[in-house]
Amino acid sequence: MSSDAAAAPRLAATELSKRFAGVQALRAVQLQAYGGEVMALLGENGAGKSTLLKILAGAHRPDSGTLSIDGERVSFSSPRDAHRAGVRIIYQEPEIIPHVSVAENIYVGALPARGHRFTRAALRARVVADLARYGFTSALDPDALGSELSPAQRQLVEILRALTESVRVIAFDEPTSSLSDTEVEVLFRLIRQLRDEGVAVIYVSHRMNEIFQISDRVTVLRDGALVGTVTTAETDEARLVRMMVGRDLTDMFVRERRPRPTGTPALTVRGLSNDDVHDIDLEVYGGEVLGIAGLVGAGRSELAHAIVGSTPVHAGEILVDGNPVRISGPRDAIRAGIGFAPEERKAQALLMQRSVRDNISLAILDRIRVARVVRRGEERAVAQRYTGQLRIRTPDIEQVVSSLSGGNQQKVVLARWLARRPRVLILDEPTRGVDVGAKAEIYAVINQLTADGIAVIVISSELPEILGLSDRIAVMQGGRVTGELDRSEATEERVLALAMAGDLTTDGATR
Amino acid sequence: MIDVASPAAASAKRAGWWRGDGSEPVRRNLGLVGVLVLLYLVGALARPDIFLHGGRLWSNELTVLTQASSIGVITIGMTFVMISGGIDLSVGALLALASVWSTTVATQSYGPGVMILAALLVGAGSGLVNGILIAYGRMVPFIATLATMVAARGLAQKISGKLTQIVKVTSFNRIAEWRPLGIPLLVIIFVVVAVLAWVLLNRTTFGRRTVAIGGNAEAARLAGINIRRHTLLVYTLSGLCCGIAAVMVTAQATAGSSDHGNLYELNAIAAAIIGGTALTGGRGTIVGSVLGVLVFTQIYNLFIVKNLQTEYQQIAQGVIIVAAVLIQQFRVAALRRPVPPGA
Ligand SMILES: Nc1ncnc2c1ncn2[C@@H]1O[C@H](COP(=O)(O)OP(=O)(O)OP(=O)(O)O)[C@@H](O)[C@H]1O
Ligand SMILES: [Mg+2]
Repeated sequence: MSSDAAAAPRLAATELSKRFAGVQALRAVQLQAYGGEVMALLGENGAGKSTLLKILAGAHRPDSGTLSIDGERVSFSSPRDAHRAGVRIIYQEPEIIPHVSVAENIYVGALPARGHRFTRAALRARVVADLARYGFTSALDPDALGSELSPAQRQLVEILRALTESVRVIAFDEPTSSLSDTEVEVLFRLIRQLRDEGVAVIYVSHRMNEIFQISDRVTVLRDGALVGTVTTAETDEARLVRMMVGRDLTDMFVRERRPRPTGTPALTVRGLSNDDVHDIDLEVYGGEVLGIAGLVGAGRSELAHAIVGSTPVHAGEILVDGNPVRISGPRDAIRAGIGFAPEERKAQALLMQRSVRDNISLAILDRIRVARVVRRGEERAVAQRYTGQLRIRTPDIEQVVSSLSGGNQQKVVLARWLARRPRVLILDEPTRGVDVGAKAEIYAVINQLTADGIAVIVISSELPEILGLSDRIAVMQGGRVTGELDRSEATEERVLALAMAGDLTTDGATR
Repeated sequence: MIDVASPAAASAKRAGWWRGDGSEPVRRNLGLVGVLVLLYLVGALARPDIFLHGGRLWSNELTVLTQASSIGVITIGMTFVMISGGIDLSVGALLALASVWSTTVATQSYGPGVMILAALLVGAGSGLVNGILIAYGRMVPFIATLATMVAARGLAQKISGKLTQIVKVTSFNRIAEWRPLGIPLLVIIFVVVAVLAWVLLNRTTFGRRTVAIGGNAEAARLAGINIRRHTLLVYTLSGLCCGIAAVMVTAQATAGSSDHGNLYELNAIAAAIIGGTALTGGRGTIVGSVLGVLVFTQIYNLFIVKNLQTEYQQIAQGVIIVAAVLIQQFRVAALRRPVPPGA
């Protein structure tokens, strides 16, 4: 790859600047991406990574600066222009048409060239050939409907869409945050194949291990400005983090050891069953963090939904502080003292068109009102406090949430539930899309909650996070709890063994 | 926790009201005020004798406001429904039903108080029926209120025998005549309803929840909002507004009729959309809806003072509605175009 670096860059950006109301998102950023190379783009939440990609994709126009491809100046006024020039961005949540097949979804933009008529059979044959070419025959069924696809499959569709036209530059914006480990492997295989075919790949992620696995060079942004570009092989995590945040980060958060609590658990779940989870028994004590580990599809989120009554439950009992509670919906759960921050921030949590303040106060409206009138001073104070504590990067609390960066939107969801301070707090993937520094801040806040006696359940796909944060770990597989480990006995291997226990047909066996 | 001096705190003051999430509606409403000014200029060109003469302009504008008052009250109810993500096609028919019910010979015999009460109860009760069908019967709002629209109009015709029911209770009719401080009572009612609605939408938990449900129903549910009960209340509120408007229209006409409120659903929806209420829910303002109604009525007024035929008025109305919806769609498209900030 170093030999390529001598040639003209496939994509070169010079002095790119972009300003949004109140925020300078990019400041004179330079960027070069070479064919046959994977370049990682790294930076804190709100550093400007997505904005940069959107400019490359023709979705935003820069205020100033130039783009060139293979030495030729280009200027995109729409995503269509970028596509024609061979530049493609794969967003985390691609638009998939639910009622049509995978094959038609893939060719949706290219259907049918004038004068030609694609028969369904011809279309399908092309897709089958594409799938075989990239080794996805087993990963994606060309006849499946858009609505049946998993997040990973949706992304594959989006990628295959890109590959229907000739691609010269392809960028991925946090592609892996809802993928399982095996799915990540599939994605990486594809990325390497594209790279070997001479495509310039740009890769955005907050996961350091991925950056070291897949990238050849790393470009770091901070506050919208370029900090520098380094060769991956010649750097290490600490150095990258220092470039990102501008200071040394103390080591990854480690939760202090504390004696196992005794007495009455804050939350007891007995024999909880529904369509997705079976016969779940759990106990969480006040002041304790219970981690729930498992592979994607193990039923962890489904368990959380069942506990708060957001999905119907067939059998089982839930006790808060030893008292049985009747829960027939999230509202009852909240009243009983159980709060739940769901996994999918856009679909399940955020009012995208409303302000940061409106979003943070949503679950505490009943606490900050007098005679049904919202006490706005208090509301603002709460919003202000949590934007500060979680360092939500926003010009002010009246900013519309849709204009925040992904990681900052995630922090708004957390802030809503931290503000509620329930007896039991369930957090589903609380640090998804959050940068390294902010993760530590979130862990500190969780720590503070437990110090105040609150019981916290953390669901996470990131094993280091589960291991670092939990006092106890429950491992799930196939909708059941397959084992529980005390923090002292938990290791990655043991958790994984339980996560794949008796599971030789799916993820565990395919390697 | 250490109280970090966040960037948010530092710039909270500077930001102010016009660059927060309040800014878009504010800009939009200023635009509507601009349209109103434009309409006055058109009026001044078309009928300088009215629009450039202080006294006549004042009395003409009071006429406009009076005409706007009943449809204005309905539009306010509609605004809540639309912000919550629904639609209420039955408003005109509910107005007719309330009007007829409150002016039967039997009801009139109890005097004005009972007549008013009857109108309000019939309105709110019918709205409650809408709410039950939608929230608990899980019917699509469009279909449910379409059904009640037909049924309520039919019931009104049945009760009145399709006859106009003259109101003989003169104190009731005085509602439309009384002008405390020279301002028609109908206009005062409109203003009071608008102010109460503004407080309800912007300052109470009810308003916040309405916005949340329309903006993201799943998020609202997971945040502990009782969506069904709230939906029920929103449609009941819309029905209550129909009851209030029924009193106003009936007093103006000094008669109850099953023909009252014809096409009010169309006008109310159009006015709300012009005022910036999203058809998809989650967005809308009371000020915008009030301005939307005023723009509509002012255009009407121009046709009347120019003695143009009603056919032209209807054509113009259709054009305005189409234009308003198109403008909103372009805005939505413009909002969508930059792919939503990816993670
Ligand atoms: N449409 C918009 N309107 C206003 N501000 C915006 C808009 N889009 C992005 N911003 C702001 O620009 C800055 C950069 O955002 P961007 O989404 O590029 O960050 P990012 O590096 O992708 O962060 P993350 O890691 O959280 O995804 C942020 O401060 C964000 O609030
Ligand atoms: Mg981003």
